Amino acid sequence: MSDPAAADPSLEKARALAAAGQWRLTWRRFRRHRLAVVCGVVILMFYSVVAFAEFFAVSDATRPSAQLSLIPPQEIHWFDNGAWSPHVYRVVRKRDANMQLVYTPDPAAKIQVSFFARGFEWRLFGVFPTDRHLIGVSGADAGKTLFLLGTDVQGRDLWSRMVFATRASLTVGLIGVTLSLTLGVLLGGISGLYGGVVDDTIQRVIEVVRSVPTIPLWMGLAAAVPRDWSVTQVYFAITIIISLVSWTELARVVRGRFLALREEDFIVSAELDGCSKLRIIFAHMVPSFLSHIIAVTTLTLPVMVLSETALSFLGLGLRPPAISWGVLLQAAQNVQAVAITPWLLFPAVPVIVAVLAFNFFGDGLRDAADPYARA
Amino acid sequence: MLPYLARRLMLAVMTCVFISIATFTIIQLPPGDYITSYVANMAASGSTMTNQEAEVLRRQYGLDEPMPVQYLRWMALVVQGDFGRSMEWNRPVYDVIGERMLLTFVVSAAAVLTTWLLALPIGIYTAVRQHSVADYVFTLLGFIGLAVPSFLIALVLMYLGFRYLGTSVGGLFSPAYAEAPWSWARVGDLAWHLPLPALILGLGSTAQVMRVMRANLLDELRKPYLVTALARGMPMWRAILKYPVRVALNPFVSTVGYILPYVVSGSVIVSLVLGLPTVGPVLFKSLVAQDLFLAGTIVLMLGVLTVVGTFLSDLLLIAIDPRIRLGGSR
Repeated sequence: MSDPAAADPSLEKARALAAAGQWRLTWRRFRRHRLAVVCGVVILMFYSVVAFAEFFAVSDATRPSAQLSLIPPQEIHWFDNGAWSPHVYRVVRKRDANMQLVYTPDPAAKIQVSFFARGFEWRLFGVFPTDRHLIGVSGADAGKTLFLLGTDVQGRDLWSRMVFATRASLTVGLIGVTLSLTLGVLLGGISGLYGGVVDDTIQRVIEVVRSVPTIPLWMGLAAAVPRDWSVTQVYFAITIIISLVSWTELARVVRGRFLALREEDFIVSAELDGCSKLRIIFAHMVPSFLSHIIAVTTLTLPVMVLSETALSFLGLGLRPPAISWGVLLQAAQNVQAVAITPWLLFPAVPVIVAVLAFNFFGDGLRDAADPYARA
Repeated sequence: MLPYLARRLMLAVMTCVFISIATFTIIQLPPGDYITSYVANMAASGSTMTNQEAEVLRRQYGLDEPMPVQYLRWMALVVQGDFGRSMEWNRPVYDVIGERMLLTFVVSAAAVLTTWLLALPIGIYTAVRQHSVADYVFTLLGFIGLAVPSFLIALVLMYLGFRYLGTSVGGLFSPAYAEAPWSWARVGDLAWHLPLPALILGLGSTAQVMRVMRANLLDELRKPYLVTALARGMPMWRAILKYPVRVALNPFVSTVGYILPYVVSGSVIVSLVLGLPTVGPVLFKSLVAQDLFLAGTIVLMLGVLTVVGTFLSDLLLIAIDPRIRLGGSR
């Protein structure tokens, strides 16, 4: 109810607050939202995995190996006889009496696990060659011995695959958001600025797009992506398909802001002062709703991530050899399979964590975006 | 009020037409047509079809004509209540999806109902007891419900059911009733299987509706009329349920239009995971096989279902809020 400045005993602080710019105020309010800040850090961590996926991966997770099919997650033993010495047991492959494959850890064969270990070669930012990895084993090929989250049917390390999947899943969201932001701001801005017939037409289009059930629409469009397209082509096609719907929300917000701001005193006075239309838009209007747009954009990201996951899960989105969370979850489609190999459900965890983090972060941003509102 | 209704109705019809055109275009997008994939399938299974035979088939289905002609022909049929023939099933589209459409509607309606039954009381409770432990717990649960896609919930529940109950929890009917004609026993069987898919589908929108309800009610709770009622000794819950809740329900009704497309969309994927006999699985297969009329009809029907839902929620809103009748325009 009360102004934060009034509650503050220090007059000096109050003065600083009164003179603070909009970005300072937004940042101040955002910091108070503890959960949003924590989620912001989580998101940063996710994107560092995107940037340095090879560093976090144990093996390059592309070569199938029938000998390593469906190994359960390994347990890391942190201590050896009371001393710090992380290690895993080598898994031994056997067939039981029913001819079922079983993997048993062999406590006699310890494999040392080390951090910042040497592994397969990769290039930092695609330029600097290095072979360092967050985690690895000494004296053995990590791709054949270390399975933190088990392996998939084709014997590829699930942890490494999840790391690479993060890259695809989260960048689809980013590119998609950029696309829908461009469309949304452009059309929403035109709609709010000109009004009249243009506004009416754009609003009708938005209404129609929003009334089409999204999943069937996406399924139809995704099924139309030719089977023989390359991984990159499919990737961009799916991104475009997903952004086709989400731009409407942004367009609505931008239009609403434009309409509301047009009547504001400071815009009217700028007009009376003889500012050009472009100057009014970019010097006066955009800064005042930019933070709002950023917040809405952040809330659009999780929707994109979920859409990609759902489509790929159905086999209509990204296709192997591309790896995304949805592609990995495809292996968990069959309940009988999951009952025997429950670790195939692991890729659901990053999906849920990422989407939750984006939601809380975006929520905090939205609350903070309007620094002059009285809480 | 009449001009307003006419406007909304016009808009709804126009939207349906747009959806049908969009549907038709989208399904025609992939190169080739159903016959192409049919020939490819035949070749894969060892038999062959001459180009001549393929042409005859194309002519039979009217696939050799330009797209606008095909569209108009199909639309002329649809208006008469005939949705064409499914090429893959070799049966009229109506026979393939008639019952499935009904079941889709039943499942979606049950999901929306579940959403309300959960979201309404929780929304009211968390607003009245703002900042209580229950408020935080429900808000957190709501966020999780919002974040976890329904097909993941379905997967996990199926896994748990399979693991701990030893049964498959999917489907809408017991095997005995799956192919049986409609009877009261079958309806009972459906009612027995319905809650799980309805819950899975409803959870996603519950969070959203709950938050809308909570925010609306919070606004109302601070108003003087409630203070007056309480000051005059009205029991708290009665006062709250009688006045502010009724006002808060108003924007709530308008969200029905938003929930329905969400639920219908979600039902497609959840049906695939849970193996529900709704249109979802058929739509998936028909899209992949480019079964033009079948896929077209399903997308069109789902679109119309949403448009009708939005229209109905508009009507409901007018019935609840007399103020809307005053203005014919937005």
